[in-house]
Amino acid sequence: MDQIIQIDGFIALYIFMLAGFVGHEIIGKVPAILHTPLMSGSNFIHGIVLVGAMVALGRAVTPLEQTIGFIGVFLGAGNAVGGYVVTERMLEMFKRSKDKKS
Amino acid sequence: MSMFNMTLIIDASYFLAAVLFIYGLKRMGSPMTARGGIVWAGAGMMLATVVTFLFPGMSNYLLMIIAIGLGGIIAWVSGKKVAMTDMPQMIALYNGMGGGAAAAIAAVELYSGKDHGLTFGILAVLGGFIGAVSFSGSLVAFAKLQGFKNTTLRFRGQQIVNLIILLSTLIMAVIVITQPDIGNTISIFFILALILGITMTVPIGGADMPVVISLYNAFTGLAVAFEGFVQQNPAMIIAGTVVGAAGSLLTQLMAKAMNRSLANVLFSGFGETTSEEGTEVSGSMKPIDATDVGVMMAFANKVLIVPGYGMAVAQAQHKVWELTQLLIDRDVDVKFAIHPVAGRMPGHMNVLLAEAGVPYDIIYDENEINSEFESADVALIIGANDVVNPVARTDPSSPIYGMPILNADYAKNVIVIKRGQGAGFSGIENALFFLDQTRMLYGDGQEMASELIQAVKSL
Repeated sequence: MDQIIQIDGFIALYIFMLAGFVGHEIIGKVPAILHTPLMSGSNFIHGIVLVGAMVALGRAVTPLEQTIGFIGVFLGAGNAVGGYVVTERMLEMFKRSKDKKS
Repeated sequence: MSMFNMTLIIDASYFLAAVLFIYGLKRMGSPMTARGGIVWAGAGMMLATVVTFLFPGMSNYLLMIIAIGLGGIIAWVSGKKVAMTDMPQMIALYNGMGGGAAAAIAAVELYSGKDHGLTFGILAVLGGFIGAVSFSGSLVAFAKLQGFKNTTLRFRGQQIVNLIILLSTLIMAVIVITQPDIGNTISIFFILALILGITMTVPIGGADMPVVISLYNAFTGLAVAFEGFVQQNPAMIIAGTVVGAAGSLLTQLMAKAMNRSLANVLFSGFGETTSEEGTEVSGSMKPIDATDVGVMMAFANKVLIVPGYGMAVAQAQHKVWELTQLLIDRDVDVKFAIHPVAGRMPGHMNVLLAEAGVPYDIIYDENEINSEFESADVALIIGANDVVNPVARTDPSSPIYGMPILNADYAKNVIVIKRGQGAGFSGIENALFFLDQTRMLYGDGQEMASELIQAVKSL
């Protein structure tokens, strides 16, 4: 596909660098109690690979490409959906003690 | 609609998705906003996925929908069903799927024979390599934690074998990049990378697995980012890089909490060393019964509960919370003290307690709570062992020397609920059990918690 902007060279490096710092900053201050859900949450976010796999399958021509593309979409969907479900289940349970008993 | 508008819609949606991912991940950093965080990120994922169907020049839509349906349904059902104690291996499984998907993208790009140029060729191959290692490695991690494959295979010269596989994979990678027309190099390259993931992970012990899962999580993120560059997809680049960086940091934090370096985890064995413990522990373990413990806790000012994975295995967390509520009703100050590696990965114990209904504001980290043990009347240890072993502070010859521990030995009374007299997970004798102020309450975690509830109720 003809892109409006080509992401390569230094533009690619800049994006890579900035996104890297964002990831580092976001996790840096998180309390240990959330490490498991957070790992699960970041696991969900790289489920965006589904989108790439869809494009790969969409452009696949030969049976070999189609087969691999199909497997890719299947795995990507598993990553995205599974990651979401388990993260949501874990985070849903975190509650404060609402009514302080005295 | 013109092609230009279509592209604009897709680009704008991917941009919005990237914003939602970062915003969602940010919100997941605090327990109060965490739930909303995953929902926002989920909305971003939904948007990006739907809009991708509009991508120009695509076909195979039926295959695509079937694959999404199959993968989605299987993951949905398994994710809903899995017990909270099994969460670490499910994360490994879904992460492996993501790595496999990234490798599949690389494979399609490479097999298509398209000329990517040198930079994108390198990125495609590198992403495929990392993704494939993450895929097979995560599956091994899943199988180990799930108990399909408990044995840890080790032999002499294993590191050298792994190094040879690594080098062969890299050589194949160079050939794939520079000589794309030669026969089966692409297939051989991927097969080698998959084998490397297996042989790298097989020798790592179960106790270290969380660090490895976290590492593979970062790997997958990086692989997704690289394939994002190849496909010129900014949402993949940003999401993948953010996860790659966040995952690397999280891996370091975990390794630090376990007093292990990453190199140590990957290239040596702990978990299963039949460790000769350092100094002999002298003294005896003194038993106590539940009635006495009940009285002790009911009339205490401050009780600190130290739960370990053993509590979750015995499914005792609900009873422990019931007991806690009874004590709080009697105006006892009760707090939960959590070691970073309690449970199977950092934060896992918090999830298990949250499942039982324990509010997060009475749960404290090791560094928040450690100063409070001195003023505690009772430290109740349930299912924890190595994380309260004072030899980590005192005995330089011990394998766990230097590991940060909870200072339960500073409490006025220490009660240990334990099944039998054996040593812990690591096989190291626990000096805490032999202290003067320590009493052992032998029995199953859940039964003992029930007896304690009865004891407190009958007062």
